[in-house]
Amino acid sequence: MNTQILSLVFKRLLVAIVTLLIVSFAVFFATEMLPGDVAEILLGQAATPEAVAGLRTAMHLNDPAILRFIRWLYGLATGDLGISYANNMPISHLIGGRFVNSLKLAAVTALFSVPIALTLGITAAMLRGSLYDRIVTTITIAVISVPEFMVATSAVLIFAVYLKWLPALSFANEVHSFGELLRVFAMPVITLSFVISAQMIRMTRAAVVETLNTPYVEMALLKGASRRRMVLKHALPNALGPIVNAIALSLSYLLGGVIIVETIFNYPGIAKLMVDAVATRDLPLIQTCAMIFCLAYLFLITLADIIAILSNPRLR
Amino acid sequence: MANLVEIRDLKVEAKTDSGRTVEIIRGVSFDIAEGEIVALIGESGSGKTTIALTLMGYARAGCRISKGSVLFADKDMAAISEKSRASMRGTKVAYVPQSAAAAFNPAQTIMEQVIEVARIHKLMPMDEARVRAVDLFRALALPNPDTIGSRYPHQVSGGQLQRLSAAMALIGNPKLVIFDEPTTALDVTTQIEVLRAFKSVMKKKGIGGVYVSHDLAVVAQIADRILVLKNGEVQEIGTTAQILSAPKHPYTRELLGAFKPASYASHVKAADASSKVPILEVHDVVAGYGPLKSNGQPTILALKSVNLKLEQGRNLGIIGESGCGKSTLARVIAGILPPFSGSVCFDGKELSADARGRTRDELRKLQIVFQFADTALNPAKSISDIVGRPLAFYHGMGGGDREARIDQLLDMVHLPRALKHRQPSELSGGQKQRVNLARALAAEPQLILCDEITSALDTVVAAAIIDLLKELQRELGLSYVFISHDLSVVQAICDEIAVMYAGEKVAQMPPSAMGSQDSHPYSRLLFSSVPKLDPAWLDSLERDPELVRAFSKL
Repeated sequence: MNTQILSLVFKRLLVAIVTLLIVSFAVFFATEMLPGDVAEILLGQAATPEAVAGLRTAMHLNDPAILRFIRWLYGLATGDLGISYANNMPISHLIGGRFVNSLKLAAVTALFSVPIALTLGITAAMLRGSLYDRIVTTITIAVISVPEFMVATSAVLIFAVYLKWLPALSFANEVHSFGELLRVFAMPVITLSFVISAQMIRMTRAAVVETLNTPYVEMALLKGASRRRMVLKHALPNALGPIVNAIALSLSYLLGGVIIVETIFNYPGIAKLMVDAVATRDLPLIQTCAMIFCLAYLFLITLADIIAILSNPRLR
Repeated sequence: MANLVEIRDLKVEAKTDSGRTVEIIRGVSFDIAEGEIVALIGESGSGKTTIALTLMGYARAGCRISKGSVLFADKDMAAISEKSRASMRGTKVAYVPQSAAAAFNPAQTIMEQVIEVARIHKLMPMDEARVRAVDLFRALALPNPDTIGSRYPHQVSGGQLQRLSAAMALIGNPKLVIFDEPTTALDVTTQIEVLRAFKSVMKKKGIGGVYVSHDLAVVAQIADRILVLKNGEVQEIGTTAQILSAPKHPYTRELLGAFKPASYASHVKAADASSKVPILEVHDVVAGYGPLKSNGQPTILALKSVNLKLEQGRNLGIIGESGCGKSTLARVIAGILPPFSGSVCFDGKELSADARGRTRDELRKLQIVFQFADTALNPAKSISDIVGRPLAFYHGMGGGDREARIDQLLDMVHLPRALKHRQPSELSGGQKQRVNLARALAAEPQLILCDEITSALDTVVAAAIIDLLKELQRELGLSYVFISHDLSVVQAICDEIAVMYAGEKVAQMPPSAMGSQDSHPYSRLLFSSVPKLDPAWLDSLERDPELVRAFSKL
């Protein structure tokens, strides 16, 4: 570990923080620009001019936007996420359980799909041009091309309606045993794995194939190395950067992009919460959800970049 | 002596992109005795590397050994299973690659890769392998043999990597080592050290070798026998002395002939020329790369105050090793890289530092031809588009005029007119370089900057390009600035040679004065390092160790 690495990692973190600030700015002002006056919406039928004016003052809505932005940002930083407009509960209460649910689903999906995708990608690269490679490649392309709602509804139709093996809806809160966990998570996990694995398989295969074509892998072959050794010792360490990035990009989808899956399986996750918040014009909730998605995305991408920096021997 | 290797009627097929099968090795047979070094020599595409790799039972992707046998210690490498081949690789027969820089895995330490052969084949305990590796580093005259193994490949120089890759090959105690152009990517002064190290280790251990190269002079120093190849067929086999002194096959004679270019005599005498205004003058040019320092100077200086002068109709050669700034100088003259200070005068007028500030006529008179013809030609355009572009740009030619002029230009560079409608990928390396020249000529320049234009070409093809340049000069009265690391090429065409070292011009002299005792020490070192066709040259060569130390990047 030398100063060059430290400074690179530090720079990367700085970029992440600046990005986060810019995004928070965009999120705040985008929600501000939504049509309709918040006070009027909240008061609904009781919106007399006096009541509206009173509420506006109470909610600091008359302050300049930039001031409200800074106050909001300060609240976020100190853990005060605000009060939901829709049901007057603290946002943190609303999000808490949902966020854990989403994380659970993401974790289970990642646990399944990452090892499977890496194995498929690497073995396809090793056996490039073989029947196995062609089958894997064709299937991944097919999976990429099929939209996830199609996969999800087909899964419901087959496993829940015809075969009646699995429940059509997933209530994560009712899980008490491992068997139940499998039953509840099976369909959403399968659907999500389909969506995110395909990309990872393709990227892994491409990265490994590229390094397998390098002279140093040929050199390993001419030293008498086995195929396994060539791939694991020589090709893979040098393909790590792009692979980690592909994984990070795919996983980031698991938090923000799962709305369709959560809706179809009625899974109580955070993406569904956000969509409900949009329906009820619950601005603080929308803002917080957006910030959580952004944070998760940035966290994964930054982590991938840092791993790529650390795995580059030229910087060691 | 028993034969270690017997190759009989070897044929290798390759599949082209279009799916056709082409025979690239057409029935090659030869033997290698134990402890003997056989050189495979020929131009690119002659199949020398392909043959060498069959000794390890390996054919590159798309290729396949289709017929014949490769007996190595009584085992047919072409017929045995992949597993038994793998067990021979590294232990019985080992490989030293052309570019060691690419053949080392960037993610592992050098030691880890050098002893990998011992690890794969479980030859010895790892500690013993490490001790052995350090011994080999010492035998190969590497600096800091005890610690160099713990570095990563990017932390050592090219010459060192090449010797380290030899250590990697020798660790398994092989009977035969394949050297695949191991010194081609090195500078001449480095090449000598590497050749010497190889030769002494091979002789001491009595290891047999296959030395693949296109350079007869290098091969003459190390090989016992030479095999001359062309188009996948053996042209001639003989002892080194016989091939060099009494070649039988016309192709061998051609190769030898290309090696000794006739020395150049300018048709413009120095006395005549000095009375005229110099066509090119470079004054105190300082240039470099990287972020600018507070005084506006770049962090990495590639040129430190260079002065040059060239008279109309004469040629200036610029030689030096990689990294000495010779290509940067060409970029400064062409206006691609504006210098930090100094000026470039053309025909008595000062040129703008940046090509964008030069008039169209100034641009026209000064053309540049690049080293890699492949990358300098737009692969999506036809030859007539490529050559016709400057005609339209500088002379506003169109239609029939332009077509006629393109034909003329192709005639000038001795290319058949039928090539007009082809694309660059359908041409050979030499043909592409001719197209490059035709494009420069289309502008009707007075001066052409030739940046290593023959370096990527085979000897015979390069000699033909040099002849073409001379012919064009006689007809059109051009001047050339000829940049190269290859002394013999520069000697063949230049009236004056400027020697560059570490961003400075250390000497300028006529070719005849090269290597004389009163010249600059570095040019003396450079000149003495160029291999000669004499097989005894390397052993008899004595270099002033102080000189080597002073100018060597080892």
